[in-house]
Formats: sequence, structure tokens, C-alpha cells
Amino acid sequence: MIQVNAVGDACPIPVVKTKNAIRELRGAGVVQTTVDNEIAVQNLTKMANQKGYGVRWEKLAPQRFAVTLTVGEGAQAPAPEEPECCAPAPAQGKRTVVAVASGTMGTGDAELGKALMKGFLYALSQTEPLPATILFYNGGAPLTCEGSASLEDLKSMEAQGVEILTCGTCLNFYGLTDRLRIGDVSNMYTIVEKLSQADQIIKP
Amino acid sequence: MPEPIIFCKGGGCTAKLGAGVLNHILDRLPKGPADPNLLVGFDSRDDAAVYRVSDELAMVQTLDFFPPMVEDPYLFGQIAAANALSDVYAMGGVVKTALNIVCFPETMDLNVLGEILRGGAEKVLEAGGQLAGGHSIADADVKYGLSVTGLVHPGKIYQNNGGRPGDRLVLTKRLGVGIICTANRVQEASPSAMRDATASMTLLNRYAAECFRSFPIHACTDVTGFGFLGHLHEMMDGRLSCRVDANRVPVFPEALAYADEFLLTAAGQRNRNHAGPFVRFEGVSFAMQEVLFDPQTSGGLLAAVPEAEAPRLLAALRDIGLPAAIVGEITQPGETEITVTQGQE
Repeated sequence: MIQVNAVGDACPIPVVKTKNAIRELRGAGVVQTTVDNEIAVQNLTKMANQKGYGVRWEKLAPQRFAVTLTVGEGAQAPAPEEPECCAPAPAQGKRTVVAVASGTMGTGDAELGKALMKGFLYALSQTEPLPATILFYNGGAPLTCEGSASLEDLKSMEAQGVEILTCGTCLNFYGLTDRLRIGDVSNMYTIVEKLSQADQIIKP
Repeated sequence: MPEPIIFCKGGGCTAKLGAGVLNHILDRLPKGPADPNLLVGFDSRDDAAVYRVSDELAMVQTLDFFPPMVEDPYLFGQIAAANALSDVYAMGGVVKTALNIVCFPETMDLNVLGEILRGGAEKVLEAGGQLAGGHSIADADVKYGLSVTGLVHPGKIYQNNGGRPGDRLVLTKRLGVGIICTANRVQEASPSAMRDATASMTLLNRYAAECFRSFPIHACTDVTGFGFLGHLHEMMDGRLSCRVDANRVPVFPEALAYADEFLLTAAGQRNRNHAGPFVRFEGVSFAMQEVLFDPQTSGGLLAAVPEAEAPRLLAALRDIGLPAAIVGEITQPGETEITVTQGQE
């Protein structure tokens, strides 16, 4: 695997560096490019989709993203007419926002509630169409942090364009600010905006 | 000794903040009681402010400045000025006075600044305006532009949201200068592509605007940082729809080639994120999509005119050598705001 460091580079430099690395592969292989902004992730993803490379990315830190491109035999051919993976929200259909206000689902036994919430987020990740946004606040905030049993499901949804936002005040309150592992930190203005602009709000 | 000019870090309108970010802030600004003489302000997201002085006269006020997008300071000055002056033309006005806005590093060769200002001053003169002063700040990076004041008859203002169903959409310059400058920054643009893009960016929209004056223009804007589709989205104003024929949109062929090489700007992607949800592409190539979202520096005018007048307006624009085209039409509001088609030719 070739590692490309494009931190601090403005577009199109991350793409240019990555293209050079892919040329160096001289065939099948993997290039991993580290960038510091989401727009660069989106531009790299566009290239990968056009070229039929496999692509996945993960957020390593608030301003650090690793984009992994798989070239050649290992590449998954993109579906023909693949929709723009980078659009922040599905352009058509209802705008669904999921508001997770608790670590548990329903009232009753706490252990059961935790298991139900994990099951809910897994089922959500398998549902079509995916929601536009998932909001986590108060007791829901730990679900996006280190130790959450739902991180994999949330990552798979984020990779498919679902916006994942966690209330910053809540992270602060629970001392989780440094342990956020998925999505972005949000504030009450954004939360109000997301909820009020939603066509449909799901509260598990 | 460093390169004589190392100021080109990816500038022009590609340096603009994204529309989404901006709306968020603007919506929260305190608003005082409305002054009925402020004919065009924030609310319409128009290119400039227009203030009525009398029944016969309104003042057009605008400002625009940005970091360099070309290596030649003289050309950069011309482009920045042409871009700033354009907002007055997009409102239907004539240019009267202009003030320089300058950010310049204390350690940089002052001759560079001289060249920038010379380029700018020439364009103000060409616009028929008076350069009347300015303000300069020592800053880490070069930025230049103008605050321009023009005049317009209050009854003859071109708003950007006055289009009507049936109107034809006319574009007066080619698209793709943002991608070409970006390719140039990584030494992948051909000299001829860069020359053509520069010629387009230094060309004043004055001449197109003068053609417009003989026609009933319903809406007009200049295509700049938000790209063709971003500005078209503003023109639709949430109440209109339109169809665009991508085959008719004037573009620099090299821009399509560079888009296929993924020499794309961050601003272009921000434009896609912002306006993309309002656009449906039908068989439009990836490269053409990118050009339609490409942020333009000193781009052309985009106007809505009645169908019956469009061919004559087009002929008038072509007569003065502009690569103008009728690129689409406004329709009754439909499910999709902007539909872009690209049939096989």
C-alpha cells in the first residue's frame, strides 16, 4: 500500500498526489491518502467512482480523514449510473431525521433497552432509503463515542452519505469530547434546524 | 531569490465561502426597520445593493475582491476589476466610481502591487468609471478587488429572480475558467487554454450589458463563485423550474478534459453539495457536470428573456464577438427545479 500525505494541501493537490501514487502502483494495489477536509474526501471519492476504484474513507480526528482507494483486481466495480456518493443528503424523497435522545429504546428494563437500541441502529443501517441525518443528544451521545456497540453500523451509514451529528454540549457534559468516534459535533442551532426541516422525524 | 510572483494559491472565485455556510450566518443578522428606498438588499441574494435616490435614479453598490488566480499581476488586476465591475452590469447599471481594496504583504516587491493596480485601473477606465481612491492593508497574502458604485434607473433594474415561465436563458461567456486555472496551478493546463481563459476573465461584461439594454430582460445575474448551476438555482428563487441543454452551454473544451483528470476545486464540490440537490442530470457526462458546478471568476451574464426576443438578443451578442448561447428555458414550477439534459449529438 502506498501512503499519501495530503494534509494541508488545497484541492486539487490531494487528487494530483493520489493520481501519481496510483501510477506508481503500476497495476493493482491500494493507495491511502490522508487529507484534512471533507471536501477533499468528496473529490477523491468522485475520482474513485469515475475510475471504478474501490473507495472507503474514515474520519481519524476532527480534521483528519483517511481515504483508501483500491485499484485493479481488488476494486469493486461501481454500479452503473452510481449516484453521487458525496451529496450530503438524498436529493429526492422524504428527508428523514432520526433523533436519538437516549442510550436505551423504550421504557422498562435498562439492559433490554440498550440491546434494543443497538438492534434499532443495526436495522436502520439495513433500511432503504437511509435517513438524511441522525442526531444524538443527551443519553444518546455516548452511542457515537468510544465503546459504543453501534460504531460499525454508524460508520457504514456515514459512508453512504448519512449525516451523523452529536450534541457538543452533551459530549462536554458527559466528558466525552475527546472520545467521539463517528460524525461531527453539532450545536443546538443545527439540531433545531435539522429537526424543523425534516419531513419525518423518527425517535426510537 | 524566490519566484517574482508566488502569490497564486488558488484564488479567484474559487476562494469564495460556500453558499450554505454563508446563508446560515446571514439569516441571523439583526435587521432594522425596512427602508423602502433599498430596492435590492440581502433578501434577494442579488449581486449588489440598489438604493433609490429619486424616482429617476438609483445607486448600485457592490464590492468584490479575492486572491490571485493567475501568475501575472497585471492580468490579475484586470481580472479582479472586471469581476467586481460585473456586478453593476448584472443589475443593469452603468459604472461611475470605484475604490481599490488591497491586501499586500509588506515584504513583497511593490512593483507587483503597481502592476495589479495598473491592470485594475485600466479596466475601470474601460468601464467608463472613475477610480477615486482605495484602502490597503498589510496582509500575509495578496488580495485585490474593487468597491464599485454605479447608477441605474429604478424602473430598469435587473433582479436575479424576475424570470418567468417560457423565458429563454442566455449565457454570454464560456464556462470552465475555474477548472482551467486549477489545472494551471498544478502545471497541467495548456498555454492556449490558459490564454483563452484569461481573455474571457479580463473581458468586461459591459458589452453584453449594452446589448441587453435594447431587450426586455426579465432577470439577470453574473455567473461567478457559485458556478452556473448555483447561480441558476438562485435565479429560480424557489418558485420556478428550468431545463438546460448541456450541449448548448458554451464551455472551454480544455475544461472538460481537465475535469476528466479530476483537477477539481474544493469550491466546485461545495457548489455541488449546495445546488446539487436541486438538479437532475439526464445523461450528462461527469466532466460537463463538473463544469456546470465550476466556480467562475469574472464569468458571463446569465439572463432570462422572453422567447420571442431571445434569437435577436443572441444575434446581437454574437455580432460583438461573444460566445453567447441560448442554453435553456424557464418552465412552470415542477418537481425538479433544474433539469439538465445532454442528448447524443
